Amino acid sequence: MLSASYLHIFSAALFVLSLKWMGEVKTSRYGNWSAILGMVTAIVATYLAFPVDHVPLMLGAAIVGSLIGIPIAMNVPMTAVPQQTAISHAFGSLSVALLGVAEYYQRVPHVDPFTMAVLSSEIILGFLTFMGSCIAFAKLQELIPGKPFVYKGSNAVSLSVLGAAVALAADLVLHPERQILIFAIIALALVFGFSLVMSIGGADMPTVIAILNSFAGISAAGLGFVLSSKILVVAGTLDGASGLILAIIMSEAMNRSFVNVLFGGFGAAPSGSSGAAANHQQRSVKSYLPEDVASLLDGARLVVVVPGYGMAVAQAQHAVKELSAILESRDCKVRYAIHPVAGRMPGHMNVLLAEVQIPYSNLLEMDEVNPLFPEADMTIVVGANDVVNPAARTQTDSPLYGMPILDADKSRSVVFIKRSMNPGFAGVDNDLFYLPQTMMVFGDAKKVITDITSALKKN
Amino acid sequence: MNALPANHIAIDLLVFVLSAFLGLELVRNVSRLLHTPLMSLTNAISSVSVVAALIVMSEPRKTDSIVLLTAVATALAFVNLVSGFMITERILKMFKKEKK
Repeated sequence: MLSASYLHIFSAALFVLSLKWMGEVKTSRYGNWSAILGMVTAIVATYLAFPVDHVPLMLGAAIVGSLIGIPIAMNVPMTAVPQQTAISHAFGSLSVALLGVAEYYQRVPHVDPFTMAVLSSEIILGFLTFMGSCIAFAKLQELIPGKPFVYKGSNAVSLSVLGAAVALAADLVLHPERQILIFAIIALALVFGFSLVMSIGGADMPTVIAILNSFAGISAAGLGFVLSSKILVVAGTLDGASGLILAIIMSEAMNRSFVNVLFGGFGAAPSGSSGAAANHQQRSVKSYLPEDVASLLDGARLVVVVPGYGMAVAQAQHAVKELSAILESRDCKVRYAIHPVAGRMPGHMNVLLAEVQIPYSNLLEMDEVNPLFPEADMTIVVGANDVVNPAARTQTDSPLYGMPILDADKSRSVVFIKRSMNPGFAGVDNDLFYLPQTMMVFGDAKKVITDITSALKKN
Repeated sequence: MNALPANHIAIDLLVFVLSAFLGLELVRNVSRLLHTPLMSLTNAISSVSVVAALIVMSEPRKTDSIVLLTAVATALAFVNLVSGFMITERILKMFKKEKK
């Protein structure tokens, strides 16, 4: 027992070091390996310290899990990492929730109030995260529409479902022998998770995924309290803290609060989109061909690319890489402006661009890249929209007002590659479309960029 | 195990609070480049619930349904454990410095 505690201290230290080393690219792979070592240590130490029964069954379960996990990890395309992350939050939280239920049956009918309170909170959190993550997965995989599903009073309904779950949990704390309550609590938690994430739009998924990540970690920590396992508390809390920080960074990057993301039904407002439609009937945009862009790129010294979710949808990252290769061969610098909420999960764009071997020193955060825009000969916006909308700076009545944006409008020319004039997620028109230096190029991002590249080669 | 008094809870709470502050500080400093692999890594770390499964399997009053729940939970955790670390490794390998 004692030696296991010491091994668990070692493993906790490895988890902490792992997060430390994840801080920068140079050391990040040590970070992964240190976490792997920490995990192996934690599991082996626990196995040695506790008289574990059903070892063959547990080994079988481990093998089955690994056989499912390995092909997923090897085959998931980088564009699909957001949905893969969502589904793994579902697995993780279901695992913790099921263990909570198992531990409840282990102890019933004599469960002390503290343990019962932690157990039932952990079960609620686990099952709501499970269901919420399944819905997030379905939205990201486009099995169901990404649009927020809201109706009048939907927040009130969701919150009363959660309230009912908490009330039943309180009853269970006082009467732990009422086993039927646990099923009712599970059902209510599932319904709450369902309605919560159904009401959130696709572009808010970076924040939602981060919050679900946090919940999954916190519920694991809760189980640690119940089983008085310090390593569970440490690892679960580190996971929970990580998700929380990412969620905070994501909300800050949209100038919105958690509450607004979770219950705001953002992007659902039909009034906003009809207003936008009315707007661009009055104003006209200038539509150009890829060849026009190519001729303007002749002699350019600095080009900034602003990638967004549309780049992932069109799988255009390879085309972007080819374009930057030819520009660089002509002594033109190419930099990438990464908005924190671009894409469908934190850091999504960086991963796609790293995949096509763009050096990470060229992937610039908002604060680094904004001073570069005035010097840029051209900014190419690929599948992004709201994150370059200047309305966020000036129009106090815009839903985007106050959101930090990329200053694409300050560069000498802006090329906007878009499939149509449809507004972005926020449902508002983008003033950038109508600026004199803006060139709209309509079409599939991959095709347009490939055409620009081949036109450049001909010149 | 049930007999351990409030003192035990206090120590667990202390561990919880300290880990939370440590985690918040460490993750604040993670480069934005690495937010996606950070998430797949912490996902893999959360499969430390295997430890919980082992503890539950060592407790005395196991019915068949408890054994079944624990086995399923173990399999689910292993999916995450294996895929989480492997995907993190795959992503981190892609990050390259400028070639000279």
